[in-house]
Amino acid sequence: MADVKRIATRESYGAALVELGRRDESVVVLDADLAASTKTGMFQKEFPDRHFDCGIAEANMMSIAAGLAAAGKKPFASSFAMFAAGRAYEQVRNSIGYPHLNVKIGATHAGISVGEDGATHQCNEDIALMRSIPGMVVINPADAVEARAAVLAAAEYDGPVYLRFGRLGVPVLFDEATYKFEWGKIVTLREGSDVTIAATGLMVERALQAADMLAAEGVSARVLDVHTIKPIDTETLLRAASETRGIVTAEEHGVIGGLYSAVCETVCGEAPCRVKPVAVMDEFGVSGPALDLLELYGLNAETIAKRARELM
Amino acid sequence: MDKAQKKHLQLFANHVRQGVIEGTYHAKAGHPGGSLSIADTLAYLYETEMCVDPANPAWPQRDRLVLSKGHACPALYAALAEKGFFDKSELLKLRHIGAMLQGHPDMKNIPGIDMSTGSLGQGISAACGMALSAKVSGDAFRVFAILGDGEIQEGQVWEAAMFAAHHHLDNLVAIVDNNNLQIDGEVGKVCSPYPIDEKFRAFGWDVIVMDDAHDFDKIEAAFTEARALSGRPVVIIQTSVKGKGVSYMENVADWHGKAPGKELYEQAMAQLREEERKLEEE
Repeated sequence: MADVKRIATRESYGAALVELGRRDESVVVLDADLAASTKTGMFQKEFPDRHFDCGIAEANMMSIAAGLAAAGKKPFASSFAMFAAGRAYEQVRNSIGYPHLNVKIGATHAGISVGEDGATHQCNEDIALMRSIPGMVVINPADAVEARAAVLAAAEYDGPVYLRFGRLGVPVLFDEATYKFEWGKIVTLREGSDVTIAATGLMVERALQAADMLAAEGVSARVLDVHTIKPIDTETLLRAASETRGIVTAEEHGVIGGLYSAVCETVCGEAPCRVKPVAVMDEFGVSGPALDLLELYGLNAETIAKRARELM
Repeated sequence: MDKAQKKHLQLFANHVRQGVIEGTYHAKAGHPGGSLSIADTLAYLYETEMCVDPANPAWPQRDRLVLSKGHACPALYAALAEKGFFDKSELLKLRHIGAMLQGHPDMKNIPGIDMSTGSLGQGISAACGMALSAKVSGDAFRVFAILGDGEIQEGQVWEAAMFAAHHHLDNLVAIVDNNNLQIDGEVGKVCSPYPIDEKFRAFGWDVIVMDDAHDFDKIEAAFTEARALSGRPVVIIQTSVKGKGVSYMENVADWHGKAPGKELYEQAMAQLREEERKLEEE
């Protein structure tokens, strides 16, 4: 895969903010002393008067974003997922979610692939936390192309959105020229009739690899890119539940409250089928290189294929 | 302040107090103590200091009020009703199922509420965001935030204080309602925030210490001074009486978060109506 272009979704986020800043004066960006890492620094460079570093005070940043939105601005507030969704959870719930204010939360360094920083910084709970807030949209793009499109779409939407980005460079899966982000719609990357693999974020690449492995064994796997976990695309999931023998979910997130939960919640009442998770299994991470950690926690094509075979 | 204006403000505040008692009595719940302590502040803000339009509550250039101590909303609701943002009959439905007036301020559904608050410490940050928005766009509106003295035990208040001074938010006026009581007792005994003035000064704010939040001459002097200052955010630390205006509630921590029963409700209303009658006769 050496020839495949790898870009971290956070890079794409930074570039998309600049794009938005050029076309919309009401876009303002907040950060909490991580502008270089979250890539909001790109916006800061071009629009220093519309970028506000709040210092290491994420709770304050979220409520400030709420005030900016209440006064008509379009704030994007950024930090690592651990602090944006974790530390500032109650501010996001009460200052942003309850009044349904037009704040976009750009959370980077999500999941185990933060790597060497270890468990304190590897947030495997953010999807669960953000999904629990009424009216919150939760988007976890699979690559740089989808990340850009998601940021632009979020800016058009009037209401709170949690955008989840990664630190690690990931392969570009989509073609910039043809990719179209449809709000709340799953992208069916591959049709298949035996099993379904519903993946989100960097696990989409691994789902495609697993589908190749399964195809070699004569198993036809449908691959879904669930870029939006809330609101979930019920129609596509129910179709997969009734047309294939079961669903494997794949996410770089804890098994509790994320994509696995969302898929189970969706199918169990209407089209019950077997659902198997590939996720971090109710445990904290450890320090190490990102790619090695993904292997250590079984977040790879082999595990996805194994779970799929169990459904056959 | 001339006599006619003072009488007008005293009557407005009296009506706010009556609204607080009516609202919490009919809700059988709520926070009368800290509502009564800010009645005069709200009367002055809405009748003299702030530029708002009850017919157009979302007017983009209006001054904003963020009730960071959101539990004192019975007073804010009564003030908004007195201003004509909505009908006074709503006050009797406070906290009832299906009612517009929620237990804590809800900006989505209540005309005149500029920010949803209730979780302490967050409102002052939101007020900073509004003030910052005005600076970014060159808007002239001002932002007022009322905080409790117990509320400033929240660390987020000091994150906001640092941010406001750093960004020279001189269009922001914070009011710390220092009635000296919180749920568990005297603020100085629970976990002392004192000295409040020195803390804000150290954070880079202009500080106005005002020793009687129920004296309209002093209230006017404080807000007039705040208006004249520039370059830094301003905090008015006002000494107030929790439960002010209802004798048996004054300076009693227990009236922080409970409603009067029928007998005490009637006693409070009788006292406030008598005060109203006397003011009208002046």
